[in-house]
Amino acid sequence: MRDTVMDMIPAQVATSAALLEARNLSFEAGGKRLIDGVSLTIREGSRTLIMGANGAGKSLLLRLLHGLLPPSAGQVLWRGATPDHTARRAQSMVFQRPVMLRRSVLANLNFALSMHGVRGAQRATEAGRALDMAGLTDLARHPARVLSGGEQQRLALARALIGQPHLLFLDEPTSSLDPASTQMIESLIDAAHARGVTIVMVTHDMGQARRMGDEVIFLHAGQVAETGPLDQVLRHPRSEAARAWTEGRLYTNSTL
Amino acid sequence: MFSFGDIMSEAFVLILNWDRNLSEIVALSLRVTLSAVFLSCLIGLPLGALVGAFRFPGRGILTVLLNALMGLPPVVVGLFVYLMLSASGPLGPLQLLYTPLAMIIAQTILVTPIVAALTKQVVEDLHGEYAEQFASMGLRAYDRIAALLWDARYSLMTVALAGFGRAVAEVGAVLIVGGNINHVTRVMTTTIALETSKGNLELALALGVLLLSIAVIVNAVVMALRASAVRAAYA
Repeated sequence: MRDTVMDMIPAQVATSAALLEARNLSFEAGGKRLIDGVSLTIREGSRTLIMGANGAGKSLLLRLLHGLLPPSAGQVLWRGATPDHTARRAQSMVFQRPVMLRRSVLANLNFALSMHGVRGAQRATEAGRALDMAGLTDLARHPARVLSGGEQQRLALARALIGQPHLLFLDEPTSSLDPASTQMIESLIDAAHARGVTIVMVTHDMGQARRMGDEVIFLHAGQVAETGPLDQVLRHPRSEAARAWTEGRLYTNSTL
Repeated sequence: MFSFGDIMSEAFVLILNWDRNLSEIVALSLRVTLSAVFLSCLIGLPLGALVGAFRFPGRGILTVLLNALMGLPPVVVGLFVYLMLSASGPLGPLQLLYTPLAMIIAQTILVTPIVAALTKQVVEDLHGEYAEQFASMGLRAYDRIAALLWDARYSLMTVALAGFGRAVAEVGAVLIVGGNINHVTRVMTTTIALETSKGNLELALALGVLLLSIAVIVNAVVMALRASAVRAAYA
């Protein structure tokens, strides 16, 4: 167990309840162990960043935590219990490449609202609010698939937030966006966090990490190399893998 | 000896002098074909979507079966439906043999595998894009299928067209279960077969031209609708 988050995170977050826990989580594919014995705790109201070099298993870990993939071993707990369908409805995810339904911008939002049982006038009101929040009101009737990358990611984020999730997973949501789009996405994430949404985000961007993170889980070769408050991990990394990453060096050792 | 040019011109005269008999044959053809395509879509679209979007035991066998059944010989289907509906068959008491309904049943059996197998392919490709998003949203199976069918609806128009093409051109099965009875079960294809054998080539050719025209018009209308809708909103 490498669950060292507890004693390093800011006081206000440390006192909040555990929202999601991973216990000795592993995932194997093609005879290779891609995630190896990961244990961690995501606390309510926190902003946790999952960082690490390419191929470290960040996106895979995010999918395991969200329940999109079944772990080979270990378990994920939602508020201390096995996740059920209410847990799934309380979580949402924005993917690196946004998945747009073959519908208009508005219909994409309406679909998500319908799946949360929101209909009629309330649906129209909430969809209008989401469009406004994402700056997409003028594009409401446009097909979602012809939007620019930044607009698609804003729509994906608005759609993910429209069901008022407790926990939002973000897999490098700004990796291919320009600075203006990145800034808008970050504002939306900040606003969601201010409303109490817990954030778990994969990012490679050091600047974004400093703007958006409280805690860091640093992965290397599918294992947790280091966890702790953002400032500590980025300024004074204890693990060789994290130190190499912050210094821009390639760290090829397959073990910690 | 006959001159192709003479027969062609007489065929066009027959079409231009459109009579009640011709109307009856064309109308029954369309009724049988459209009903069969509608029923096939009702069964084949959700079935194809289910096989395309979900993994379950027997999925591989079902896929192979659907693909194989796309090439079902019409006369075999006709014979099967005939045996089922004949007086000594299990559905004999319904007295459906030699009725348009029997022809609709036979064509539905022929077209459903085509609709289901092609739908499976369309939905499988789309589901490849949507799967993670749907899983993240916690969608139930019913919601997944409905959303996939809705979002693939313009591609599925082509699937329905393939079914229409098969049904409208079909002769063997409807001949066996319909009997080609004048004013009751006579459709364009069976009439063409009958009139050709009788040497009444003008009427056969006139119906052939009409059959081809209907197929072209239906395809053109659906493809135009699809193209304009895709251009307008759903790229």
